[in-house]
Amino acid sequence: MQFMASKQPENSLLGPESDSQRTLYPYVTGTSVVALKYKDGILMAADMGGSYGSTLRYKSVERMKPIGKHSLLGASGEISDFQEILHYLDELILYDNMWDDGNSLGPKEVHNYLTRVMYNRRNKFNPLWNSLVLGGVKNGQKYLGTVSMIGVNFEDNHVATGFGNHLARPILRQEWHENLSFEDGVRLLEKCMRVLLYRDRSAINKLQIAKITEEGSTISQPYSLKTYWEFSAFANPAQGAVGS
Amino acid sequence: MSSIGTGYDLSVTTFSPDGRVFQIEYAAKAVDNSGTVIGIKCKDGIVMGVEKLIASKMMLSGSNRRIHSVHRHSGMAVAGLAADGRQIVARAKSEATNYQSVYGEPIPVKELAERVASYVHLCTLYWWLRPFGCGIILGGYDRDGPQLYMVEPSGISSRYFGAAIGKGKQAAKTEIEKLKLSEMTCREGVIEVAKIIYKVHDEAKDKAFELEMSWVCDESKQQHQKVPDDLLEEAKAAARTALEEMDAD
Repeated sequence: MQFMASKQPENSLLGPESDSQRTLYPYVTGTSVVALKYKDGILMAADMGGSYGSTLRYKSVERMKPIGKHSLLGASGEISDFQEILHYLDELILYDNMWDDGNSLGPKEVHNYLTRVMYNRRNKFNPLWNSLVLGGVKNGQKYLGTVSMIGVNFEDNHVATGFGNHLARPILRQEWHENLSFEDGVRLLEKCMRVLLYRDRSAINKLQIAKITEEGSTISQPYSLKTYWEFSAFANPAQGAVGS
Repeated sequence: MSSIGTGYDLSVTTFSPDGRVFQIEYAAKAVDNSGTVIGIKCKDGIVMGVEKLIASKMMLSGSNRRIHSVHRHSGMAVAGLAADGRQIVARAKSEATNYQSVYGEPIPVKELAERVASYVHLCTLYWWLRPFGCGIILGGYDRDGPQLYMVEPSGISSRYFGAAIGKGKQAAKTEIEKLKLSEMTCREGVIEVAKIIYKVHDEAKDKAFELEMSWVCDESKQQHQKVPDDLLEEAKAAARTALEEMDAD
C-alpha cells in the first residue's frame, strides 16, 4: 500500500502544514509582573504560579531571572517561551563575557535586543507569547522597560503586564514618587500584588520580590501576603444583586 | 634542520618518500617564528602568558589580544599567524556554545581540545586548503579540575602540565621543568610565568614586547579572565627584578 500524503480539502482555511510549528495559543502561563524604580534601583514582583488554562497547575515557577550583571527579566505569558528567551539571552551574555574587555551589556541594550526578537517573531506570525519586564542599573543609571508579544516596547518609572496594567498601574500612578526607599517600594509593590491576588483568578498567594541595584541583584525567597476576607461586602456578596 | 622538500613539499596532500608531510612542517615553522606562548597547570588552575612582540611603537597597549576566552571556563592562547588564530578561536567558541546548547553543560576541556584539533587537522587533508599556521595552548577548568592542552598545526593535541610554543620555547620548557607545579598556586604561577617570558625574550633580536596573561583558577571562580591589573603589575615588577639580578652576576 502506498503512503498517502495528508491532504487538506481545497477550500480549507488552514495554512500550509508547516504552520504546525507556529505558536497559536499559550499552554502554561504566568500572570502579572509589576515593577517600579526606587532610590537605589528597580524592584520587581511576580507570583510563582503557572496556570494550565484555568487550572493552577504549577506553583513554584520562577518568573523573574537575573540577566548578566546589570539586569533583571520578569515574564508573564507562556512559560516555555520564557525559557526559550532565557536561552537566547544566555548566549548573548556569554558572547558579551568572552570579549573580556571590561564592558558588559546594560539593561537598555538587553531591552532593545528583546524588542527586536519579539517584533521579528511577530512579523513571522510565530510570536513568543510573553509580556516581558526588563529592569536594571548600570553606571548609576536606572532603567525599566517592557516589551509585549507584538513588539510594543516602552520604558517608564513603573510598568506591569497583563492584569497588572489594569489593577496595579492606577495605584502606582497615585502613589509612586521619585526616590522611594526600599521599604516604601516593597510596601507599594505588596499593595499592588494584594489587589491582584484578590481580583485576578490566575494569581496565587506565593510571590517573590526581586531587587536590582548597582551592586547586583537578589531575588527573595517565596512568601505569601496576608489577606482579609471578612470585609462586609464579601459576607453576603449576592445581597442586592439583580435577580437575587 | 633544512631538509629541502624538492617536489614533495608543494601540496599538503603529498607525502615525501621518508613519510613526512612537508607543508605541515613548514606551518610549524610559522609558529616557531612568533612570540613565545606559555601555559602551566598549577594545583588550583591554569596560567597562560604571551610575549606579544610589538611591531610599531604607535600600537595601543592592550590591543591585539592574543589570549581569548572560549567559554566561561576556558581560554586559548595563540602563537603564529594571528589571522589564522582568529579563525580557530571563532570555531572553538562556536563548538563550545553548540555543546552547551545541546547538552546543557559547559563543554569539557578534553572535548573542546579534540574538536579544535579535529578542525585544525581538517585543513591538512585537502589540497585546496592550507594548514593553519598556528599553535594553540588551551587551558580550562571543568568537573575534572584544571586541564592544559596544546594543539599543533598538524592537528595533534596532547595534554600537558606545562607547555611552550614560539621563539623561546626550548628555553621556556627548560625553565618550566624547574618549577614545582603541583605545589604552586595560580597566584605564584602568574609571577613565575612572567619571569620566564621576560627571561626568554631576546633583547637583541626583538625590541619591545608586551606581556599578556590570563588565568582560570579557584580564585577567579573557575572563570577564564585576564589576570587582574594589580597582580599583573606585581608579576612584571618581579620579572624585571629577577632579570636585573641575573644580569648583575
